[in-house]
Amino acid sequence: MTQPVLSVRNLTVEFPTRRGILTAVQDITFDIMPGEVLGVVGESGAGKSMTGAAIIGLIDPPGRIAKGEIWLGDQRIDNLAPDRMRKIRGRRIGMIFQDPLTSLNPLYRISRQLIETIRTHLPLSQADARKRAIKLLDDVGIPDAARRIDDYPHQFSGGMRQRVVIALALCADPEVVIADEPTTALDVSVQAQIIDVMKEICAERGAAIMLVTHDMGVIAETADRVAVMYAGRLAEIGPVASVIKNAKHPYSQGLMGAIPKLGENLDRLVHIPGSMPRLNAIPQGCAFNPRCPQVFDKCRTHRPAASEIEPGRRAACWLYPEVTEA
Amino acid sequence: MSDTLLDVRHLSRRFDVSAPWLNRKLEGLDKTYVNAVKDVSFTVAKGQTFALVGESGSGKSTIARLIVGLLEPTEGEIVFDGTSLARGLKGAEARRLRRRFQMIFQDPLASLNPRWRVTDIIAEPLRVFERSMNDRARHLRVGELLTLVGLSPEDGLKFPHQFSGGQRQRIAIARALAANPEFIVCDEPTSALDVSVQAQILNLMKDLQDEFGLTYVFISHNLQVVRHMATEIGVLYLGRLAEVGEAEALFATPQHPYTRMLLDAVPDIEMTGRRRKKVEGEIPSPIDPPPGCPFHPRCPFANARCRSEVPGLTRRGPQAAACHAVEEGRI
Ligand SMILES: Nc1ncnc2c1ncn2[C@@H]1O[C@H](COP(=O)(O)OP(=O)(O)OP(=O)(O)O)[C@@H](O)[C@H]1O
Ligand SMILES: Nc1ncnc2c1ncn2[C@@H]1O[C@H](COP(=O)(O)OP(=O)(O)O)[C@@H](O)[C@H]1O
Ligand code: SF4
Ligand code: SF4
Ligand SMILES: [Mg+2]
Ligand SMILES: [Mg+2]
Repeated sequence: MTQPVLSVRNLTVEFPTRRGILTAVQDITFDIMPGEVLGVVGESGAGKSMTGAAIIGLIDPPGRIAKGEIWLGDQRIDNLAPDRMRKIRGRRIGMIFQDPLTSLNPLYRISRQLIETIRTHLPLSQADARKRAIKLLDDVGIPDAARRIDDYPHQFSGGMRQRVVIALALCADPEVVIADEPTTALDVSVQAQIIDVMKEICAERGAAIMLVTHDMGVIAETADRVAVMYAGRLAEIGPVASVIKNAKHPYSQGLMGAIPKLGENLDRLVHIPGSMPRLNAIPQGCAFNPRCPQVFDKCRTHRPAASEIEPGRRAACWLYPEVTEA
Repeated sequence: MSDTLLDVRHLSRRFDVSAPWLNRKLEGLDKTYVNAVKDVSFTVAKGQTFALVGESGSGKSTIARLIVGLLEPTEGEIVFDGTSLARGLKGAEARRLRRRFQMIFQDPLASLNPRWRVTDIIAEPLRVFERSMNDRARHLRVGELLTLVGLSPEDGLKFPHQFSGGQRQRIAIARALAANPEFIVCDEPTSALDVSVQAQILNLMKDLQDEFGLTYVFISHNLQVVRHMATEIGVLYLGRLAEVGEAEALFATPQHPYTRMLLDAVPDIEMTGRRRKKVEGEIPSPIDPPPGCPFHPRCPFANARCRSEVPGLTRRGPQAAACHAVEEGRI
């Protein structure tokens, strides 16, 4: 069997505060295989971005990885010194964020930003790096790339800027790209274009993608597998079609039912009562238990671990006999 | 039609976005304007939900603010239940009319005064419109409203920041309902919310509509949400209506190429295997819109006429589209 390109083992992220320790991510385990697209969904505050930040080594202090391991191929990266991690970021792990302006410096021409990044990571001359940058811009669908490369970020539209960010993320041929809400700030008609470009260009290069989004539609069309997060924990993970059409965890079932769909005209949407708990008030046992329509006694006291409930599929819910205690 | 509650006629709104006077003189520039809304007409019948969809900058919020009187039209007229809201409506008559409609905004936190307790926020329309109401009656009414939107009367003592996004939107809805309006303009009421919270709010809005016979103008950029809520839909592009008509028909047989494109761009959440058509290009700047049909630079059916002549709305069955190709029967 091939080795995963990225392997996250029992990841726990904590924020020490004056009033105690907040656990933003608790005991999360998943793999991403080479070339695979893993979608990560969940409500805001579920810990999606924090998981991504842990992988790229950019958790805001005083936050820290309290437990677990992160492996990039056969190298453990969660305990690397900051300067060694900096070399991996951009080179072996690419990053795409929601707001293209956080990745682009408004004061520098696109050419300078791309060429500098390329030359930081690859042994290329100025001229060759420029050639590579133009080719990349062309690949992500910037028309007239040879001329546009010397423009400033503000001279591009939102969608075009996000294409530039994709080019920047891919300029050193990373093995995996962490994309955090890459299309959330864009218009509907442009979102589809950006997702297509990102998927195509990663597929061509064999790069895996961890696609963080709260938009299930984007996941449905893009991901091979999907992880559903709730209150910092993994609720369910499995192949995208089975999770969407046949969710196992009551939270994922509610989440799917809450999405209005074009193909059906229901009078009411499925709705989960209540809201996600704050980090300082995560309930005992299963974090979802106060909102769960199928809750029973054990759920209130014992925390279910994400366990294999069928081949290739894990869920953290006591409804499934295979599930063990965390 | 006798049951028309809102009649929007040839509404236009222009904004002056010129550089400061001195810069203009030095650089020899003319004044610059944005036509945020251009010649938009539609009617909303009592008890219905009229949805406005469109991408960022298409003029949705501007229309919302024109309807509730936060902005004045440059041209055109808005008629509410037979009375024109044109400039000049003042005093008691204005107040009588104004209390019949309310607005809900996208960002509930920005629209709720952070220094006021929730009780005072919700009671504010009562103080304005129900001047004879005593404190006790007002207090009871606020408790009733909080219960109605799924909160509890004790929540009235808290401040807005002590609530989640979804709860804040419930507070905004309670405030909007306080003066018993008939008509509510909702500008992206769920766009800032997660899907599960969005479902709660959309269900609540539908329940309230059934209970009180409310009429909504519902603004959104999300077609699935619009599909769920609307009985009639207007599709905006660069300030103009591209297509308007019955929701069912518009989704089943979209006429305008832009509507078709928007529907194609909706991700296939049901995983039916439907392939999206790739859409080219982005929305041009509204400051310098293309001549002729504003959609022509992105339209696969554009021809010479499209590049020079602005298409008007032509009705065909339950919907009307502003497109030469549709009118000519080319598509
Ligand atoms: N006060 C203003 N001054 C200048 N221009 C304005 C003003 N308000 C709106 N505009 C412009 O009018 C156009 C329509 O804006 P509007 O806010 O109505 O769009 P929208 O459809 O609500 O977009 P969004 O989806 O981003 O909320 C835009 O080009 C906008 O920049
Ligand atoms: N700097 C921080 N200090 C304390 N808590 C934080 C910090 N950053 C994020 N969190 C908390 O961690 C949780 C997960 O956040 P995040 O990963 O951003 O969620 P998501 O991306 O799923 O919306 C949230 O409850 C958030 O409030
Ligand atoms: S463990 Fe219990 S409370 Fe949690 S999701 Fe499963 S049934 Fe519901
Ligand atoms: S008028 Fe012409 S350019 Fe505009 S939508 Fe119709 S066919 Fe396309
Ligand atoms: Mg996030
Ligand atoms: Mg708006």
